[in-house]
Amino acid sequence: MPVTTTPPRGVPDPAPSRADAGAAVRAASTGRVASRVFAGLSTGAGLLILVTLAAVAAFLLIRAWPALSASPEELETVSWFTGGSVAEYVAPLVFGTLLASVLALLLAVPVSIGIALFISHYAPRRLAQGLGYLIDLLAAIPSVVYGLWGALWLIGQLDPVFTWLSSTLGFVPLVADYQAPAKNIMSASVVLAVMILPIITAVSREVFLQTPRLHEEASLALGATRWEMVRQAVLPFGRSGVISASMLGLGRALGETMAVLMVISPGFLFSFFLLRPGQHQTIAANIASKFPESSGLGVSVLIATGLALFVITFVVNLAARWIIARRAEYSGAN
Amino acid sequence: MTFTPHRGRRAAALTGVLALTLAACSAGPATGDASGGLGGSLAGAGATSQERAVIGWIAGFYDLEPGVTVSYDAVGSGGGREQFLAGAVQFAGSDAALKEDELEQAHERCEGGEAVELPLYISPMAVVYNLPDLDAEHLQLSAATVARIFNRDITTWDDPEIAAENPGVDLPSLRIIPVNRSDESGTTENFTEYLEDASGGAWPHEASGSWPLSGGQSGNGNQGVLDTVEGAQGAVGYVDASRAGDLGTVALKVGEEYVPYSSQAAAAVVDASPRAEDATDTRLVVEIDRDTTAPGAYPLVLISYSLACSRYARVGDATNVKAYLSYVASPQGQARAADPAVAGAAPISDALRAEVQAAIDSITAG
Repeated sequence: MPVTTTPPRGVPDPAPSRADAGAAVRAASTGRVASRVFAGLSTGAGLLILVTLAAVAAFLLIRAWPALSASPEELETVSWFTGGSVAEYVAPLVFGTLLASVLALLLAVPVSIGIALFISHYAPRRLAQGLGYLIDLLAAIPSVVYGLWGALWLIGQLDPVFTWLSSTLGFVPLVADYQAPAKNIMSASVVLAVMILPIITAVSREVFLQTPRLHEEASLALGATRWEMVRQAVLPFGRSGVISASMLGLGRALGETMAVLMVISPGFLFSFFLLRPGQHQTIAANIASKFPESSGLGVSVLIATGLALFVITFVVNLAARWIIARRAEYSGAN
Repeated sequence: MTFTPHRGRRAAALTGVLALTLAACSAGPATGDASGGLGGSLAGAGATSQERAVIGWIAGFYDLEPGVTVSYDAVGSGGGREQFLAGAVQFAGSDAALKEDELEQAHERCEGGEAVELPLYISPMAVVYNLPDLDAEHLQLSAATVARIFNRDITTWDDPEIAAENPGVDLPSLRIIPVNRSDESGTTENFTEYLEDASGGAWPHEASGSWPLSGGQSGNGNQGVLDTVEGAQGAVGYVDASRAGDLGTVALKVGEEYVPYSSQAAAAVVDASPRAEDATDTRLVVEIDRDTTAPGAYPLVLISYSLACSRYARVGDATNVKAYLSYVASPQGQARAADPAVAGAAPISDALRAEVQAAIDSITAG
């Protein structure tokens, strides 16, 4: 933090060298001061992010420590605790969180790509603009509203779909044993998918719009139809953008609380029965549900689960960075 | 820093003395003077179950004593007892009575006095079901049948066991969908306690604030359970009775008759229940007799206690606590909590009120 007041020594961009500044710009010293102040401020802002991140990580570790270091007997005193250790308690939650988010991603990404392509390459200009606004608007809806919508309306609409699925394809374990009302992980994933749809669509659309005109025209000149052009020019160019958009969406889905809390009937199982109630729970929703009546060690256990979620989102983001960095050279951009 | 508490104490002491004289003059049941001579602040913390009632009581008490600022932090029963015993708050709300080691701490916290535990919030719970076409006002069930339903041993509504208890009622052959609370709650704890004590072994689990079975439908909070039960025909759940709304409610078997939920029936079970072994004149701890056979008693209730001290260091605290608890125990205070828009609680009986008021009157300072 003291770095903010000193000249940006460590910053690897020494744009105005000392000689220039001393000789020529003395008259315009106000400009130099402003530039220094700005450099200091932006360095400070950059550092603030690191400090915040470190503070959050430290808080999680310190507050989770009593739970992480507690003996199984001590953990037994927390009335809702299951499993012998914190790891055993967190494991099904991690599973539920990942399953819900991945399902949501599977539902949302194809639709998002479709919408983004429609806006960028198919729709008439005026319609595309309006549609773009609408999508951005969807992104602004608070998650608790999605939760209410999911719990009070969507569940009723999904009921006949799930009933049909379970009765006709019931021999597939994935959709077996549906029980009304539709408070299962599939419903939660549908709500999550709707929630992350706008962000994935918006980013993908921007990337698709940046496809070099020459690539598209070259493809069309070779006799490609519009769909073939999209496949040959737009999608390869936009692939890394779509991946990073999906990761943004995944990040939001992983941490989503209210929508899941209100929709799902929670359970602590490693189960692939997507339509059964009481099988899965996510970390964030579990914290929200258990926190109000917890005290002492119980709070520590919940914070330990929060630490797990922190690590997961970190890993997901790192993975996304890695994928994007690896794919950058194939993107076709020049 | 060192001066303010002294000055505050003296001021509080003055108002306290003033109020005491006023109360002595009026010589009625000390519900505080209508004009309100008290001042200062009164902090409480504790159970979320009685939060809505306490908010109502605070509003009602304000009309009587606008000078006293009462606050209540709904941190949960355990947190409330902790804060109370540490001296951070003057009163607490708790779904459970003080434990033995807590009683020792209370002795210390109360200047050598005793803890005061008053059952001032009696909340009936209802077993609700979603069977819109049922041609009976209340489905009649014994505790054992309810236990078997929630333990998923009985899986359809036209099960012979249910039919035997409901002669003449045309039961649908629907699947039963039991719904429980997904969060930790006093409601679940009291419900499982009822099932454990009254079902004669049909409920194989221990009473606990978190639901013992997994893999079923559940909802977050009372509202979550209600939404879930309303979401599917054949669903059955347990909620605060005041929230039951349009859903059908079960009449529970008590002795040889079936008693539907009502606030009188809920108050009756508290009167019919024995006191805990270590209860005293100020610790009115009730051991709810879930297996009661008293006529007209409804055993599925939640009791939340108001905790206070029999002796406070500051006169002002003692006076304010007395005035506040007297209001809570008064017919007006109980009626306020009974309002479905406030908390839908069951008012305490006059007999219990007399005992409660005697305990409140014993609160002193110094």
